[in-house]
Amino acid sequence: MSIDIDTARKVAHLARIAVDESDLPALAGELSNILTFMEQLNEVDVEGVEPMTSVTPMRLKRREDVVTDGNYQDKILSNAPDAREGFFAVPKVVE
Amino acid sequence: MADLSKLTIADARDKLRAGDVSAVELTKDCLAEIEAADALGAFVHKTPEIALERAAAADARIKAGDAPAMCGIPIGIKDLFCTKGVESQAASAILEGFKPEYESTVSQNLADAGAVMLGKLNMDEFAMGSSNETSTYGNAVNPWKIDDRELTPGGSSGGSASAVAADLCLAATGTDTGGSIRQPAAFTGIVGLKPTYGRCSRWGVVAFASSLDQAGPMTKTVRDAAIMMESMASHDPKDSTSAELAVPNFEAMLTGDIKGKKIGIPKEYRMDGMPEEIEQLWADGTAMLKDAGAEIVDISLPHTKYALPAYYVIAPAEASSNLARYDGVRYGHRAKLAAGDGIVEMYEKTRAEGFGPEVQRRVMIGTYVLSAGFYDAYYNRARKVRALIKKDFDDVFAADVDAILTPATPSAAFGLGEMKDADPVQMYLNDVFTVTVNLAGLPGISVPAGLDKQGLPLGLQLIGRPWEEGDLLNTAYALESAAGFVSKPSKWW
Repeated sequence: MSIDIDTARKVAHLARIAVDESDLPALAGELSNILTFMEQLNEVDVEGVEPMTSVTPMRLKRREDVVTDGNYQDKILSNAPDAREGFFAVPKVVE
Repeated sequence: MADLSKLTIADARDKLRAGDVSAVELTKDCLAEIEAADALGAFVHKTPEIALERAAAADARIKAGDAPAMCGIPIGIKDLFCTKGVESQAASAILEGFKPEYESTVSQNLADAGAVMLGKLNMDEFAMGSSNETSTYGNAVNPWKIDDRELTPGGSSGGSASAVAADLCLAATGTDTGGSIRQPAAFTGIVGLKPTYGRCSRWGVVAFASSLDQAGPMTKTVRDAAIMMESMASHDPKDSTSAELAVPNFEAMLTGDIKGKKIGIPKEYRMDGMPEEIEQLWADGTAMLKDAGAEIVDISLPHTKYALPAYYVIAPAEASSNLARYDGVRYGHRAKLAAGDGIVEMYEKTRAEGFGPEVQRRVMIGTYVLSAGFYDAYYNRARKVRALIKKDFDDVFAADVDAILTPATPSAAFGLGEMKDADPVQMYLNDVFTVTVNLAGLPGISVPAGLDKQGLPLGLQLIGRPWEEGDLLNTAYALESAAGFVSKPSKWW
């Protein structure tokens, strides 16, 4: 499987990473190499094998669906690049 | 008393309890070593005020009696652990200036035991790398040197390995997703333990690949690894995969008696083109365990060669999902926007500026293998292969094998920059002996076992049964005693 420039552009956008048009050919090449490496997996007979979801046979624990903490808005916002009036601020999303 | 920073945890503990040395003296000595070791690039955020405050508290606690083993022990914390009020950046520009409002469970456990945090340690960005060259802080450097070149301490826990090997601290925390504790430990001649998945809480540790990530100790001796492991481990309701198991006294299990233990030697780890020295080291280690009374058996782990490709599907897939949170909204870096830029441009520019090339590559690979149309072909297939890799180990352990002996790395430490023009896949091969252990969730330990012809340390890896770190540490202790590795790097920094 090899990745062309259009696919590289699409993947970069899906990953929300800006990539210069001039860097796309190199990126496509690198991604293709890695995918070629992964293709060895096609040699393995995986018929009837369940995909692994957990390394230890444990059931994920459950808890009561209740509020366990909260009321620390200032802490939540303390690292925000742009916080105003108790909110995270971002560029206008809705026209 | 001179050279306090060179002490092991065990010796320091005994001296502290006997009143021969104070935690403040010990801490001051480490802080002085750190100040003189900027050339190693190991400590990237120094916290001398916190250290001295905690050392004084530790001294009071020791004086009152009944202090835990880690009380007053100066350690370094990998930058991947969130530490309250102290920069925690995962060595990434995207977390520039991030000071968590909370403390990771592991570093809190250590603090509760009285350990003294000296500062934060360098690493590969988001723990993605095997040479500590992807860090936003610049390279960490191996204290071992054989010529003019600066060598890598390995990665991703390169700063931790460098700091411990150079005696800047008594021990350090590391994390291991594909070999990030064991490979740097091997490259620097120290001990590195990755416990069973679920033994240490992942809460507050910046996530890379959540089904593989585990924290563990990086220390000067196996005994120290046992002591520190006990303090790091705990059941934590804040991590849903944290094991609800009692944490044993690992140190008490170090008898050095391995008579009758069955040690497996997996034939698939004998790679084509493996350097003769690694082969020899492995044979020597096997002989040492046999001499100590263990029974050596040849075993097969047939899916070994598929571990790296499976890992490089699963880890990036999980990373692409975990790293989606770095979007310039809640913390860290936000790109300067041009007039008319909307929220998508904000995300794309922020992530392009904030993530380094290796992280970008892995996030994009992960995005690709999870995207519609490829999910089954790559991601699900990799998870099935992962199940087969785990079954390989289950079968071996079902045949009463107690531990598995392998080389830790395919080579000794290489020069910084030497892999710069190599294909990324070449760098991934560093993890060839360690990555299976993460995929199967098993405990693994790297023990320094000898020097190569150039005079650089080499390590052997022991892999144990799940949750049996105590037994694994005991086998490692026997190997350590037999190997008698005492070499130290000579100080050039």
